[in-house]
Amino acid sequence: MGKTLRETIKEIIKNHLKNKKGKVFGQCLTAVGWVGGTLPELYEKDGMIELSMADVASGGIVTGSALMNEKPIYVIRYQGFNWYNAPMIVNYAAKSKEIWNAPCPVFVRGIGMEGGIGPVAGSSHHSLYYRMPGLKIVSPMTPNEYKKIYNSFMKDDEVYYVSEHRGSFNNKIELKNDIKGKKDFVIIAISITRFEAIKAKELLEKKGFKIGIINILWIKPFKISKASLKCIINSKFGGIILDDDYVDGISNSIANKLNHLTNKKIFTMGLSNKSAGFHKKVDNLPPDTKQIVKKVISIIKN
Amino acid sequence: MHKKLRIKIFEKASLCRHFETNAYKFSEKKLIKIPIYLSAGQEFISASLATIINDICKIKPLIFAQHRCHSTYLSFGGKIDNLIAELLGNYKLSNTKGMGGSASIYSKKINMFGHDGHMGTQVPIGVGACFTSKKPTIVFMGDASAEEDYVLGALGWAATKKLPILFIVEDNNLSILTEKKVRRNWNMHDVAKSFKMKGYELNDSPSEIIKYQKFFFKEPMLLNINTNRMFWHSGAGKDSDQIFDRYLNEKKILGKEAEKIDKKFNSTIKKKWEKHLEKL
Ligand SMILES: Cc1ncc(C[n+]2csc(CCOP(=O)(O)OP(=O)(O)O)c2C)c(N)n1
Ligand SMILES: [Mg+2]
Repeated sequence: MGKTLRETIKEIIKNHLKNKKGKVFGQCLTAVGWVGGTLPELYEKDGMIELSMADVASGGIVTGSALMNEKPIYVIRYQGFNWYNAPMIVNYAAKSKEIWNAPCPVFVRGIGMEGGIGPVAGSSHHSLYYRMPGLKIVSPMTPNEYKKIYNSFMKDDEVYYVSEHRGSFNNKIELKNDIKGKKDFVIIAISITRFEAIKAKELLEKKGFKIGIINILWIKPFKISKASLKCIINSKFGGIILDDDYVDGISNSIANKLNHLTNKKIFTMGLSNKSAGFHKKVDNLPPDTKQIVKKVISIIKN
Repeated sequence: MHKKLRIKIFEKASLCRHFETNAYKFSEKKLIKIPIYLSAGQEFISASLATIINDICKIKPLIFAQHRCHSTYLSFGGKIDNLIAELLGNYKLSNTKGMGGSASIYSKKINMFGHDGHMGTQVPIGVGACFTSKKPTIVFMGDASAEEDYVLGALGWAATKKLPILFIVEDNNLSILTEKKVRRNWNMHDVAKSFKMKGYELNDSPSEIIKYQKFFFKEPMLLNINTNRMFWHSGAGKDSDQIFDRYLNEKKILGKEAEKIDKKFNSTIKKKWEKHLEKL
């Protein structure tokens, strides 16, 4: 069996530090857990840099490091912290190449998770970066995807926001699109929702619906193959975008794009428009299989 | 302080002063159509530091400044023509192809990095650049941007990492027009000391600034330099006619030689601006 995504990230980081002489910045990296086991056990002398708890300043420190062509990796342990970490990444690192022709590439590892952890630590917050120019947003959920993204970053000179999810760290499987044949409906999934999408498809197909699956790795610039677009165009009822961020952001924007490109109705499903509490009853989780199935059936039936 | 050195510093300051006087004039005449942040009155800070660092120490530092940075750019050797072009809107000739304006000057030649317009961000960014490159780094900030929370966080980290970095607070006592005493009851040099780095308060006389040369880039240090802004926060105008003018003061102390320099720059810089105006 191949490696898990966790092991893959760890290997990439080790190579970045040892062979590429790069740096990894973040808070509490070398404490227990090593960020979900995705970091090698290395320290400042190896380029693993512990930042202070000054979150906003630290985003600037990493930006300054990137200005020196070091291609730093910036670990943000929970995506919600980006409210404080992102300001100088989006306002300086992402703009520096355009304004001053001075590339400032940072590989931001924003890590999502959810379930009983409240409104800050919970869910993905990639939409926060979405409206700003000069950066790329990706959400790799498999080992090969992650390798591809890292290699692309190393050849590139732009800021990458890499929206990770702890729920995918054990994954070893490459997730494939299913766009063959005429579909009734197409599920277009981002981040951790890609795993629920597969389960929802199975259940819906048991009920007699033909369901297509499109995995979104490149959110910005939005990349979708011609064959995938064709699958949506040829579908009977259009499609739905799944996300584990609020829908007012990436999902609604992509839906709008796809509406225009395919002339089909594209729906969206993500977090509810409320803050997550800690108790199960008041949590705010990404759409699960049951909810997806229910929503798809209601779209098809109406 | 040796007179020759003081004259050398005056020469840089004179270049800056005449640059700013012309910028003032053409802004008033609406030939400069973008917001400008004039550094007249504060030019002895950059002129002294550039002379000490570039000419005496033979160091070419990484430079991080904020919006009021014409004097920094000119003192550290930035090309005057490119800045005139930038301000007059000749975007082809400007260093940043019109993207930088007055507030976000960038020059690869002198290692001066652009500013993004959020005051104080140059401090953490400069700290990060210094940490990674280990190159001598100078970071300018205003007395107001020094108050930014992220500036304080970055100072603490720079002190912890013992970086070869020099923080300069250009303290004109103003945040636009709000005085320091309205905003805070603490001093930046005390803050620096509490972060366990060297921190001093001084005025912008070259003979004061040079006293600290021995500490430059050996370890992190912050100099809070009290100075005076001659003109409005932005654009051409005066808040008061009572402002102490270090330039006139130095000219008086240095006498004939300084007068000659002043005259020379008065005419050469005027000509440079006029030549650019013809190209528009
Ligand atoms: C983050 C941020 N907040 C507020 C402003 C608005 N602003 C621009 S300049 C300025 C005052 C700056 O004062 P100081 O840092 O002392 O520099 P000076 O203008 O006196 O040279 C303010 C408040 C800004 N540009 N960025
Ligand atoms: Mg001020």
